[in-house]
Amino acid sequence: MATEKKRYNIRISGLGGQGVVTTAHILGSTMDNAGKYASLVPFFGSEKRMAPVEAYVRASSEPIYEVGEVVYPDIIMIYHSQVVTHGKSYTMPFYTGLKPNSLIIINTEFDVLTKEDEKVLSDLNATVVQFDATGLAKQIAGTELATNMAMMGMLLGLTKLVTVEHIEAAVRERFLGTSFVASGGTAMLDSAIEKKFKKKEQLLEANMNVIKKTFEMADSVDITGSDLIVRFSI
Amino acid sequence: MSAIERPQPKKTYADINYLLKEAPRKQHFITGAQAMAEAVKRANVDMAIAYPITPQSEVMHLVGDIYAQGHIKEYYRAEEELGTMSAIAGAARAGVRLFTATSGPGLLRGLEAIVSWSGHRVPAVLGILTRVINAPLSIQPDNIEMAYMLYSGAVMLHAENQQDTFDMTLAAFAITEKVDVYIPVAVATEGFFVTHAKGYVDMFDEEYALPAFDSVAAPVPAMDNETPPARIQRDAPVQKSNFMSYLIHAVWQQEIWDSNRRAMKYIYEYLGGPIEVQNPEADVFVVASGCAAAQAREAHRYAQEEGLSVGLIKVRAIRPFPKDEIRDAVKNAKALIVPEHNYVGWLCAEIKAAIPNGGIVVEGPRVYGGMTLPVELIMKEIYTSLGLEYDLKL
Repeated sequence: MATEKKRYNIRISGLGGQGVVTTAHILGSTMDNAGKYASLVPFFGSEKRMAPVEAYVRASSEPIYEVGEVVYPDIIMIYHSQVVTHGKSYTMPFYTGLKPNSLIIINTEFDVLTKEDEKVLSDLNATVVQFDATGLAKQIAGTELATNMAMMGMLLGLTKLVTVEHIEAAVRERFLGTSFVASGGTAMLDSAIEKKFKKKEQLLEANMNVIKKTFEMADSVDITGSDLIVRFSI
Repeated sequence: MSAIERPQPKKTYADINYLLKEAPRKQHFITGAQAMAEAVKRANVDMAIAYPITPQSEVMHLVGDIYAQGHIKEYYRAEEELGTMSAIAGAARAGVRLFTATSGPGLLRGLEAIVSWSGHRVPAVLGILTRVINAPLSIQPDNIEMAYMLYSGAVMLHAENQQDTFDMTLAAFAITEKVDVYIPVAVATEGFFVTHAKGYVDMFDEEYALPAFDSVAAPVPAMDNETPPARIQRDAPVQKSNFMSYLIHAVWQQEIWDSNRRAMKYIYEYLGGPIEVQNPEADVFVVASGCAAAQAREAHRYAQEEGLSVGLIKVRAIRPFPKDEIRDAVKNAKALIVPEHNYVGWLCAEIKAAIPNGGIVVEGPRVYGGMTLPVELIMKEIYTSLGLEYDLKL
């Protein structure tokens, strides 16, 4: 099963504005806080809202040498149903290069996989975890901008790579620290999301509540079973 | 900003061996471009010259910051890359320590001047941050431009990562100024994958720097502008058409390539040798340079975990090319896999020419045009070489 590996090569596909690159940076910091290793490659693409964005993260308990995009992932995270239904992705189909026994996490309200997709993924003995991360973000944090927190929480909850404390430190560093700028675009997004919250501490708390909820959800399911798709109701 | 307005940082000057091997270091998380600039900061450089055309790395921009901070004495912005490389040759006549860096099309534009540096005995350090050079226009990493440098006479080092970029750039200043070398040293690494990506770099404090350039310790004297007429052309008889001129040019070329070979002992002294060998008893070796060596190192680790008889040879020096070292390291090998970030396979050709049984060399995997070199492609060649199946689903 994907969750038992000591090294994860993660491909994150989403749309501009969903916090794909931000997630990659926070994942990197989280691994660093836990005394582990991570390397990340952001692929901004055309850098606009709703345009395809990909980011790649390698996470391991050992130093990482290799560089570049993740062509053969063991984990794929899909932040938006349109990545699958509209082909808004740099890799078509979205599971191209997926290794056997791997994990896919999809943010969607409805089933997006075709029968053909399901056949290919079953043959690869993959597990697809499907939930409405955006709905969850709205429900708990009051904003869809916390979608990336729900996705990251689900990933870390399923893989148990780090503890909630490590994540909190990384999220705190990302939103309350002053030294970090991923790009002008994401910095602007930060100020947009900050306006939604009177205090940065509230923003942090809302994000952490989303992450804690996804940890609980991840704990409540057994993904080692024979089902291809594991669904959650939000 | 005039020189007088700039701060004058306090420096402690120290020998290259102390700086590379003994000076206490601290870990930093910086890009490859920063690593090269940090080495320049510690090299007591007299003059940086550049006109960074697109595509570039941040190196010469960061070196400009270093100039403003007072770590180097002069920064001259040339007209374009041929002007830059010509100005390097001109400045060298005055006997100063020089640095420039370029990328892809800029390197080729400056190549006419660069290939004359060795013959003019220009002790300069050239950073090459590789980019695509061929049409259609692209700004992605691809190290084919290094193929054009192979016969320039320059010493060439190829950095695997940000740490190598720092250490090799510093060592390059020491090597180029050795009186029995005194030809340029190029330090190359991959654009984006190394220059734009952050990695861990252990660096000594920026208070430490190389001692000042010694213009007297040179095989040809610096131009003496106090005593006219200055000799613009150092060996005027070469310009005649007679047997002596041919002979002088022939001898001079021999001397340049001898100088290139003489750099090898300093590559051993400062960088631990032109190659690194892991698992020397292996049946199959992955032989790579630059950031392909990072991918090869990962493949080597996967192979070790799977109990396969696989070794790694990282080639640090491209010129002088370590023929003897490679021939000796692979004498019992059954296959050599040579992953590269270019279409032509220049490293593969060098390795084939260095060993008596070139048939054992697997040509590739190669990626180009800026593509990623997946470790899985190297694993596939390893499995195939060992007679095993490797199911690489695309």
